[in-house]
Amino acid sequence: MKQQLNIVVNGEAYDLFIEPKTLLVQVIRDMLGLKGTHQACDSSSCAACTVVLDGKAVKSCSILALQANGKSVVTVEGLAQGTKLHPIQQAFIDNWAFQCGFCTSGQIMGAKALLDENPNPTREEIQEAMDGHLCRCTGFNMINEAIRDAAKRLQEQKAAESGRVA
Amino acid sequence: MMKEYSVIGKPTPNVDGPAKVTGEAAYTIDMTLPNMLYGKLLRSPYPHAKIISIDISKAEALPGVKAIITGKDTPGGRYGLWRRFRELSDQECLATTKVRYIGDPVAALAATTEEIAEKALDLIEVEYEPLPAVFDPIEAMKEDAPTVHDEFPSNINATRHIEWGDVDEAFAKADYVREDRYVLSPAHPTAMEVHNSLASFDKGTGRLTVWSSTQSPYFLQQGLADALKMREGDIRVIKPHVGGGYGGKNSTMPDSISAALLSMKTGRPVKVVFNRDEEFTATEHRTGQHMAIKIGLKKDGTIVALEIKALTNGGAFTALGATTLYLTGTFGTMPYKIPSYRYDGVRTYTNTVWGTSIRGFGAVPAKFITETQLDRAAHDLGIDPLDIRIKNAVEPGYEAPGQYTFESCAIKPCLEKMKERAKEKWPKLQKDEGIGYAAFAYMSGGIFNWIDTPYAYSSAHVKVNIDGTVDLYTQASDIGQGHNTVAAMICAEELGIGIKDIRLHLGDTAHTYTDLGAWGSRETLMNGNAIKDAAAQVKNKLIEIARLKLGENIAYDLVAKNHRVYLELRPERGLSYYDLVKDAIKANDGVPLTGVGHYTPHNKGMISPAYGMGVLAIKVKVDRETGHVDAKDVLVVHDCGQVINPLGARGQVEGSVHMGLGYGMCEEMPMDQGMVLNPEFVDYKILRTRDMPEIEIIDVPTYEPNGPFGAKEAAEATIAPTAPAFANAVYAAVGAEFYSNVLKPEKVLKAIREAEAKQKANSKAKK
Repeated sequence: MKQQLNIVVNGEAYDLFIEPKTLLVQVIRDMLGLKGTHQACDSSSCAACTVVLDGKAVKSCSILALQANGKSVVTVEGLAQGTKLHPIQQAFIDNWAFQCGFCTSGQIMGAKALLDENPNPTREEIQEAMDGHLCRCTGFNMINEAIRDAAKRLQEQKAAESGRVA
Repeated sequence: MMKEYSVIGKPTPNVDGPAKVTGEAAYTIDMTLPNMLYGKLLRSPYPHAKIISIDISKAEALPGVKAIITGKDTPGGRYGLWRRFRELSDQECLATTKVRYIGDPVAALAATTEEIAEKALDLIEVEYEPLPAVFDPIEAMKEDAPTVHDEFPSNINATRHIEWGDVDEAFAKADYVREDRYVLSPAHPTAMEVHNSLASFDKGTGRLTVWSSTQSPYFLQQGLADALKMREGDIRVIKPHVGGGYGGKNSTMPDSISAALLSMKTGRPVKVVFNRDEEFTATEHRTGQHMAIKIGLKKDGTIVALEIKALTNGGAFTALGATTLYLTGTFGTMPYKIPSYRYDGVRTYTNTVWGTSIRGFGAVPAKFITETQLDRAAHDLGIDPLDIRIKNAVEPGYEAPGQYTFESCAIKPCLEKMKERAKEKWPKLQKDEGIGYAAFAYMSGGIFNWIDTPYAYSSAHVKVNIDGTVDLYTQASDIGQGHNTVAAMICAEELGIGIKDIRLHLGDTAHTYTDLGAWGSRETLMNGNAIKDAAAQVKNKLIEIARLKLGENIAYDLVAKNHRVYLELRPERGLSYYDLVKDAIKANDGVPLTGVGHYTPHNKGMISPAYGMGVLAIKVKVDRETGHVDAKDVLVVHDCGQVINPLGARGQVEGSVHMGLGYGMCEEMPMDQGMVLNPEFVDYKILRTRDMPEIEIIDVPTYEPNGPFGAKEAAEATIAPTAPAFANAVYAAVGAEFYSNVLKPEKVLKAIREAEAKQKANSKAKK
């Protein structure tokens, strides 16, 4: 029996009917066509499919879509504002923080949730928060540097914005 | 003196960056076509068995199933990367008479949904007659061993012999001789994007288009042509963004062949995607092997003789295993002067999934044994590990007889720099800390032609449009290493323009000239040379016109730089690139300016036209109680010629060290009766962010005469020294000796206890 799923993805409200066993990643990739969220394993152990669900990073292959009913999801497609990249995205580019790019969406969404919670993480804090994210290309150091760089950019952006308000 | 470039050598963000950070970059796995079917493979549960019968009737009856094929429905073409020697093209579309490893595909089907396809697999009934199987290379060579391929009754798939100098005489005269034996575990490349392909057969023209996660569109086109018995020109392979390769995506695999066959049968597009379990159990890995090594030295540490033997567990098929076997023999000697050398390599067929050329292409096992043994020899002779390497390091122009020549070569300056920097960086060590070193050299693309191509090894086509924008067409592959960026940079530098002026068209066999793909760290040098050649042809046309218009003395050279063509000695005398392009196209009867460049190495020995090289150091801290080793710090000093993109070059070193450290610490593929026991990331450990030390990288640049703008490889070299440097660091810290990779705590603990017992015995003997 299909069930109703009300979900907000990247600010858009969707009203879907799905099989209860449908995973969140299947809704994102197959039903909404948001192919930026990748899957690299079948055992919830790579974190490539990480999205931000109500502010928390979750592996979208590890939860049923219905568990996200009434909630709000941000995927990698939801970060940029029009043609302007999010500071985390820009920092990933400027720091060569990806190579093949397949795990990158998950890394970026993991970083987004981390920086929302801890705006100025140390190398070790990033390692701890991002430890579940597998990457076979970069060796992680350049991702770590990109996240610290993004933190700086976000703080500068925040300072500039509050300056404008004042 | 290094030339001043406007594009080359500048840290340049990845041209694919915006697509890759926004999720817009389409990988094959993200692609669908209208009316597409989903394909799945039925795989053998036996390592070796006769196929008695296959009953597809129940599966066929399942609603939604559109086609099922078995071995007898295929065109019967045999394929493999070793096309030059057809007996080594040992793979078939689907197993016909027998299966050779657990996972060998016996049937493929296409259905309207993935779910139906999976359900249908369970309904296919295969009757097997299990055959005796062989899993170990030593067992495989025994007379009464089961035969994996009838054409190879001895199970010997390939042998390689390399020899120079009088080895036996040199050993007899050596002051010190040491022999060691090693057993090295297999490891999996584990690209994040699994193998997958999407095939679409055009019923009208009889032509096939295949999108695939491949390292080489050209290899895949050849493999499909052989397997399907089609003309290669009727097969178009397109490589979208690829989620990692590391050597595991050179071969044509059952995903693309089955997708193609099912599309040809149904007339609909078919997509086949492996799952992670299939990826681990039925795709290519780094070969496990037995090795023996004997070294002879003078008292002062000079190497006089070296002998290496390798016996590799090839598995069911050849792939690039025969080449890997050869390269283990050559990389084992680098970067040292070895006056006499003998190598014997044997690769056996067994009933396991097969091995091939994973990142480092034979250098990884070779360096593990040579660098760890050299440290023990240095210790026995009372020589510092860096000093013994400096003593034996090659110099520019060094030739290994009949094998290879080093043209640009800064291994000695790298080692000297390492000595200086290591002292500064690690002035004092704590208890149970140690530093390990390993030196290395690696090819910038291979000279070998097992694929049997009649084409240039790399070619590129540059077209300049009326507004000065450039279209660059080449089959070269970016699989994450950053070649798209390098290609644009080389083209821009040569034409004196910017990378924003260049639109890339890469990795499509129908629209581009041939390049052999991304393997053996070849794209920067080989494709770079082809691009530079193509761009130079266009540039020379612009220079001709500028010369006419400027009317200068022909003794003065013109250069193209910063969107101008001008006199090198009088930069103010020049013309706009844009104006010259317009004039040139008008003068050319309205045809855009084009250049087709190519590169094939000529008379550059057996291996490669150029070698990247250097030395890598790791500092570790060993816990004597648990055997846990903490890799604290890594220092790399290397010579990769003129660096094209410092960001990309660093990324390559970081990634190589990560995979190399995994080979040294935790990556292994235990098998039982041919079954891979850890086919998931939960059990197959790759290093995580917390495990990674920081890496300091120092460039010692040279100018490589065979490379574009003096460049050579930077991509794979540093994987090979990482694991031996790690083992050497543990040896330096606690005296523990290792004769295998994967230094898990229990192994380290055992080695520590053995070292302690040895020390005790020694001190007793002294008393």
